[in-house]
This record gives sequence, C-alpha cells and structure tokens, in this order.
Amino acid sequence: MTVELFIQYLFAGITYGAIYAIVGIGFNIIYNTTGIINFAQGEFVMLGGMIAISLMPFLPLSLAIALAVVITMICGALVEMVFIRWLDSPGVLRMIIITIGLSILIREVALHIWGESIRSLPYFVGDEITTVAVLGARISPQVLWVIGVCGLMVLVLSIFFKATSIGRQMRACAANRKAAILCGINTRNMVTLSFMLSAGIGALAGCVMSPITSTEYDIGTGLAIKGFTVAILGGLGNSMAAVGAGLLLGILEAFSISVMPLAFKDAIAITILLMILFVRPHGLFGSSTAAGLKEF
Amino acid sequence: MKKMLPFVLLLVVVVAIQLLTAWTDTRYYLTQMTMSAYYALLIIGLCVVMGYAGQISIGHAGFFAIGGYLSAALTTRNLIAYKDTALVRVLDATGLIVAGEDIYGEALMAVTPWAACILAVLTAAVIALILGIPVLKLKGHYLAMATLGFGIIIYRIVLASAYFGEADGISEVPAFQLLPGLAVSGDFGARVSNYYIAWGLLLFGMLLMKNLIDSRVGRALRSIHGSEEAAESVGVDTARFKLQVFVISAVFAAVAGVFLTHYNGGIGPSEASVMKSVRYVAIVAVGGMAHLWGALFMGIALNFLSLRGVFGSYDDAVFGVILIVIMLFAPNGILSLDWRAYRRRLFPRGRAAETAGEGNR
Repeated sequence: MTVELFIQYLFAGITYGAIYAIVGIGFNIIYNTTGIINFAQGEFVMLGGMIAISLMPFLPLSLAIALAVVITMICGALVEMVFIRWLDSPGVLRMIIITIGLSILIREVALHIWGESIRSLPYFVGDEITTVAVLGARISPQVLWVIGVCGLMVLVLSIFFKATSIGRQMRACAANRKAAILCGINTRNMVTLSFMLSAGIGALAGCVMSPITSTEYDIGTGLAIKGFTVAILGGLGNSMAAVGAGLLLGILEAFSISVMPLAFKDAIAITILLMILFVRPHGLFGSSTAAGLKEF
Repeated sequence: MKKMLPFVLLLVVVVAIQLLTAWTDTRYYLTQMTMSAYYALLIIGLCVVMGYAGQISIGHAGFFAIGGYLSAALTTRNLIAYKDTALVRVLDATGLIVAGEDIYGEALMAVTPWAACILAVLTAAVIALILGIPVLKLKGHYLAMATLGFGIIIYRIVLASAYFGEADGISEVPAFQLLPGLAVSGDFGARVSNYYIAWGLLLFGMLLMKNLIDSRVGRALRSIHGSEEAAESVGVDTARFKLQVFVISAVFAAVAGVFLTHYNGGIGPSEASVMKSVRYVAIVAVGGMAHLWGALFMGIALNFLSLRGVFGSYDDAVFGVILIVIMLFAPNGILSLDWRAYRRRLFPRGRAAETAGEGNR
C-alpha cells in the first residue's frame, strides 16, 4: 500500500468515524440523563438531512441547515414529551422496545413524506469533483467540512457540559438523579433537553454528511447500529471515549475494504464489536466497577 | 388431564378452520395459516427466552435464516462438480444424496431434505451454543446490541455470498418428503396436508415448551427473570439454564426456517433482516412477555393479517405502532390488561354506581 493510498483510506475512515462518533455521543447524552438507549437516534440524522434538503429551494444553504437542526430538535423534544416523559421508572427491556418502535415509526413517516428516492444536499464548497491535496492524497473539501464540524461539535459539547450551568445540571442528573432533584434541578426538563440536544447534533451531522453519503429514508438504522456500537465500544455514557471508538471503527472499516469485499464491511465492524464485548463487557474504555454499579 | 384441555381445544379449532375453509370454498386462507404456524413456532421459542428467562434477543431471524438457508442451499446446490471428492462419495454411499435431473436435463446431485434439515438445525444449535456462552453474560443494552449484531452478521453473510444466492435468495427448493405420501411443499394439492403438518408441528412444539416451563427448568428460569443474583444465591445455575433455553429457542427458529423454506419453495435475504427480528420481538411483547398462549395467539393473528396484506404498504408502520402502544399502555401484553382499572379511571362515577349496586344485593 502506497503512502497516498494509506492517507486516502485514513481520511475515508476518519470521515465516517466522525459521523459515528456524533451518533454515539447522541446515544450517550440521552443515556446519561435517563439510562435509556434511544434506538431512534439514527432517525434524527436522517430527519436533519431530509428536512434541510426539503428547505433548500426556499432558503440559502446555511439557513436551511440551521432551520433543519431546529426542527429536528423540536421533533426530538416532542418524541420525549409524548412517549417517554410520563412513564415512571420504565424497565430497560420496555424502553428498548419503545425506542425501536419509535425508530420504525419515524422511518415509515419519512417514507410516506419523502418516498424512496435518494437525495442529497449540494456540496458546501465546489462540487463533487473539487479536490484538495493533503499529503499527496486528494480529498473532497466536504470531507474536511465533516471532520471540522464534528470536531467543533465535540469541542462545544465538552465546554457546554463543563462550563455552563445547564450543562452541569445535566451532568448532575447523570451522576445521581435523586440528588439532582434534591438540589432543585428539574430532571424532567433536563431529559427533554437531552433529547433536543442529541437530536440537534444528529441533525447537524446528517446535514454535513449528506453531500458525500446522500440521504435516504432508511439510513437511520445503519447509523444507529454503528453509533450504538461506538457508544458501547467506548463504554456507555462516556462521550469522549465514544469519539475515540468512533474514529477507531471508521478507520477499521475503511481499511477492511482493502482486504475483504465491501459487502462484508458491516459484518466485520460488528464482529469486532462482539469480540470486544466478550472480552471487556463494559467497553474498551469503561471501568468494570462503574459498570457493575449501574442498572443497564 | 386438565393441563391438556387447551391443546385439545386448539386442535378442535384447527380442524374446524380447515373444515370451514373446505365448506365455504376459501381454501386459500390455509396457505397463510400454514405460514403463520411456522412463524408462531419461532415466536413461542423466543417467548420462553424473553418472557421466562428475561433475556432479550433481537437476532432470532438469524437462526431462522440459518435453518432455512442451509437446508435450501444443501438441497438445491449441485454437487456434481465435486462428485469424485471423498466427502460426496461417502454421503452418496450412505444414501444422503439424491441424484436426478434439473429442468434442463442436466445431471443433478444434492443432499436429501432429511439430511439437510438435520444438518441445518444442528448447525443453528451449535452456533447458538457458541454464541450463547459469551453473549448471555451480557445484560440489558449490551445483550440487545450483541444479539442485534449477530442478526446483522447473518444478514450480511447471506446477502454477500454467492452460495446463498446474494440478493436473489434461493429458489426451486424441492419438496421435503417427511413420510411416504406426506411432503412439505407448496403444491396446491398438498395444501390441506401441509396445513396439518404445520399445525401438528406447532402443537408439538407448544407441548414441549409448556412442559419445559412447568418443570424445574421453568421455575429456575422465572427465578432468573425475577433476579439473577437471588436465583444464584439459592443455587440456580443461571448461566446453564439461560444457555439451554437460548439453544432450544434457536432450534425452534431453525426448524421453522427449514419447514417454511420447503413450503415456500425458496427463501430470500429479507427473512434474515433486522426488521424481521424486531417483528418477532414485537409479537412476543404484544402477546405478553411471559405468556406462551398469548405469544402463540398473537403470532398467528398478526402474521396472518400481515401475510394477507391487510396492512398494505403500512406493514412495518403497523408493527412499529403496535410495539409502542403495547409497551406504553400494557407492558405485560394485552391479554393481561386490567380492563377494570382502565374503566375505573375513565368512568369513576360508573364504578361508584357499581359498588353501590353490589351493596344493595
């Protein structure tokens, strides 16, 4: 493998890895405040892309994307208020099934609104044949957009959780819900907020990736599985570890294409995940003592 | 004897349906009833894993596909090119291979359905065993992810390998001669006999599961569902029981896959898809997790409606809505819904009048 080819694969891996990481972080944000894995997370990515594409004829690109993110956030909040807010301490099995049901429902609604056609946003800069030379490899500027936006989102999120009052309140919910209530934090609103937040970052990721990967009504399932893989690989609830795991998975997938047929790409990624789960049931970067205390 | 009553009742209903369709000349319903029965066989297996042992599996379509695809591939793929290899010669000598001609008159050698069936089901059982040992140590979300992952791997394998027909699946699967004069096939003439084969198999499976649940194993399973730690503290070997049930349910799924594939005369990759696994989970949930009869009834009813095309293009959406509604309002299944509590909440005054009436009496 030449150096150029290596870098080419590396960038492809990082691009997909960044998207997986964002979906994985979306899982973690909701998991941290509620203990729920929201299997409909991938659908938010699809909604973001689809809504932005539908708004394109009426608005400039940047506004369309912004509005799409806001609308998806509202969808996220609605989903939480209608289906989850009023349940008191639902079991894990029950929540898994409800969110799987939600993902099917959102997907089917999208199918009936947008149909089966494959759409995509225009490239943010240039078009599909514009390339930038990086270390001898040629990559699309959109790849840099994806990596940049995802990196920025991770940065902003970590500042948000560390430095702002609302972010700290959300972390308090994650650490100990009862104690958070005793401190006067409205945990229910924090849960709604966490759904909005993860819908928002999912939608933004859906918009920046759309020119490269295109958007279809059923991309959510595949992304949710990858995002879930990443969240678990890093250890549930640990967003920074999810970034590492996401990049790792993306790069592994990209290089797997060079040794195995493309059709086996998903199978390889999941086999790796299963192997890791069997050896380290609490994730690559998770701690076993913390996992033992948590109710999955 | 009292225990056998539901089985006798079901048998009567099964015969009555057949007679009714013969009388009203609506025999075409039997086709969907036969297919539903095979799906229900998988569902009662999954019901024991989910409802009684409390372990979620979003990968049961994978076991169904292992059964169906292996038996389809073994009974249709031509072995003539390997005629002189030692393995094929041994199989031929033991009578496990049928030789014949395909529709173009070319020589054809394939494994007999019986041998293929046994091999397919055994493979599913072994895979369940190997997979179950590490997977069943996981809990909650991790278990859901691992079983989902297994399902996707199987789906990807059948979709990507030429041996399993890639996106086209395998067609022209021959009939499965169970006994002389009794074959699992899609022939119109054999519709009634196939209906009874399917329902006989389902009743037999149900009988096995019911016995399992009412035995020591069943009590152990329920204790695992209640609390794994508590079960272990009283000496229940939780890992072994969970594994046993997982393997048994995989065998049920594989048997259903083998029979349905021979009945349909083919199998496609959609049988292995994640959506199928989710659908099975949905049906178990609707029937009431720990409720075998509920799972059986819902398995038949929902599969029948879906196969008849009642839901049209909203098929998946209907299952999504069912999942959500049932889990929100009746997490223990609709058969165990406390209707009275709902009525009380909706019509508080009606309830008051009722108690007053009882007082007068």
